[in-house]
Amino acid sequence: MTTARFWRDNATRYNLMATRCGSCGKVTFPPRHVCPICHRRSMGKMEKFRLSGKGEVYSFTLVHEAPAAFELQKPYIVAMIKMDEGVMMTAQLSDCEYAEVKIGMRVKATLRKIGEEGAGGVIHYGYKFVPE
Amino acid sequence: MNVGIVSYGAYIPRFRIVPPEIGRVWGSDGEAMSKGLMIFSKSVPGPDEDVITISVEAARNMMRRTSTSPKEIGALYVGSESHPYAVKPSGTIVAEAIEASPHLTVADLEFACKAGTAGIQMCMGLVGSGMVKYGVAIGADTSQGAPGDPLEYSASAGGAAYLIGSQDLIATINGTYSYTTDTPDFWRREGQPYPSHGGRFTGEPAYFKHVSACAKGMMERMGTKPEDYQYAVFHQPNGKFPTRVAKMLGFTDKQIEVGLITPHIGNTYSGAVPLGLAAILDVAKPNDRIFAVAYGSGAGCDGFDITVTENISHFKLDAAPTIQQLIERKKMIDYATYAKYRRKIMMKEGGS
Repeated sequence: MTTARFWRDNATRYNLMATRCGSCGKVTFPPRHVCPICHRRSMGKMEKFRLSGKGEVYSFTLVHEAPAAFELQKPYIVAMIKMDEGVMMTAQLSDCEYAEVKIGMRVKATLRKIGEEGAGGVIHYGYKFVPE
Repeated sequence: MNVGIVSYGAYIPRFRIVPPEIGRVWGSDGEAMSKGLMIFSKSVPGPDEDVITISVEAARNMMRRTSTSPKEIGALYVGSESHPYAVKPSGTIVAEAIEASPHLTVADLEFACKAGTAGIQMCMGLVGSGMVKYGVAIGADTSQGAPGDPLEYSASAGGAAYLIGSQDLIATINGTYSYTTDTPDFWRREGQPYPSHGGRFTGEPAYFKHVSACAKGMMERMGTKPEDYQYAVFHQPNGKFPTRVAKMLGFTDKQIEVGLITPHIGNTYSGAVPLGLAAILDVAKPNDRIFAVAYGSGAGCDGFDITVTENISHFKLDAAPTIQQLIERKKMIDYATYAKYRRKIMMKEGGS
């Protein structure tokens, strides 16, 4: 049962909630309790905030051999997105063709269905990216 | 207290299919169907899109155009006949995604194609009575027609969201009037994947009777005539019905032209009048008066008399895509792709 696990991440998956270290300023996504640079100096200083949702394609690939849950979407694009806040994210790139994607292309986050637990199970929603 | 529209936003999936392609598969004359229905293409949701994702996109576009804090929203309604869950409100996910949670009331509505405008009326009541400061009403659908059914040429996807309030209005809603009867012209039983309809029965005793009665009742109550309005928008299950009913009521083609978007994207059901009204607001000028009548099978109509205010001049329209931009953003697909995306193909367990 993954319902509770996904539910805990709703703020992150829907609204790109991230953390910024109050000690060194490093942005982390998904949110962390401790900064990977400052370690204990960051304790109690991790500030939660919402990413702008905008960034650019850092690298990308086309997935031909998809897991069963993504059968309907293949081939689909997965990209590394360098967010304007500096943090790197990996996500599906939607609403564009593979040939149109370029490194450095501006993209923005959108909410899409990212999976479901069978026909009678809960539906999971989360971020994907589309051309800006 | 003046109640009206503070902001609005819309979303239309980018995939399109044309009637001749549907007709090709079923051995029907798609060209004739296209001409008869006045539908030249219809929108199709992608495999990762549903009423919730469409509603979220529309609501986010609405919020991008206003400085209103989402925490001031006291009510949110999603009107649709294709909610992804039978039990588990779409609105809860939309409210969370626009950061309006948790201090608000949320409910999903259903009244065939007019559940979105029913939400606008509910928000008007709550705002007008002072119970909430702002309410959000969304009309969105990803409707399906059974394979081979004439409905398949029109049933499409899209939605629009409206922020209803009493301050900084871009348009005042001067009045609303509804007309409702028990008329079984179109229905879908619990657990059934596709709706059923009464064929020609959906015309005269259903759409035309209710839209005409509601429009006349609305104008009678407001003391207005068709020529008092710059724009009019009627429910548009196809291009033909609203064109004909407008003529019957004395509205001109020019008055309905801007709000008639079904010929390009098909029938978006609960999204139809909200999207048509959004297309009008995209181009409206201060003091323009708009007449709107939504129709929902079953059957009922919600009429609205709206006046655009001076605030439209400094409304942040460019912060989100206009209806015209959403219509132009398109990718044509064939019937096989359409059937796959709409899950009309039986697949092995696990494929989604």
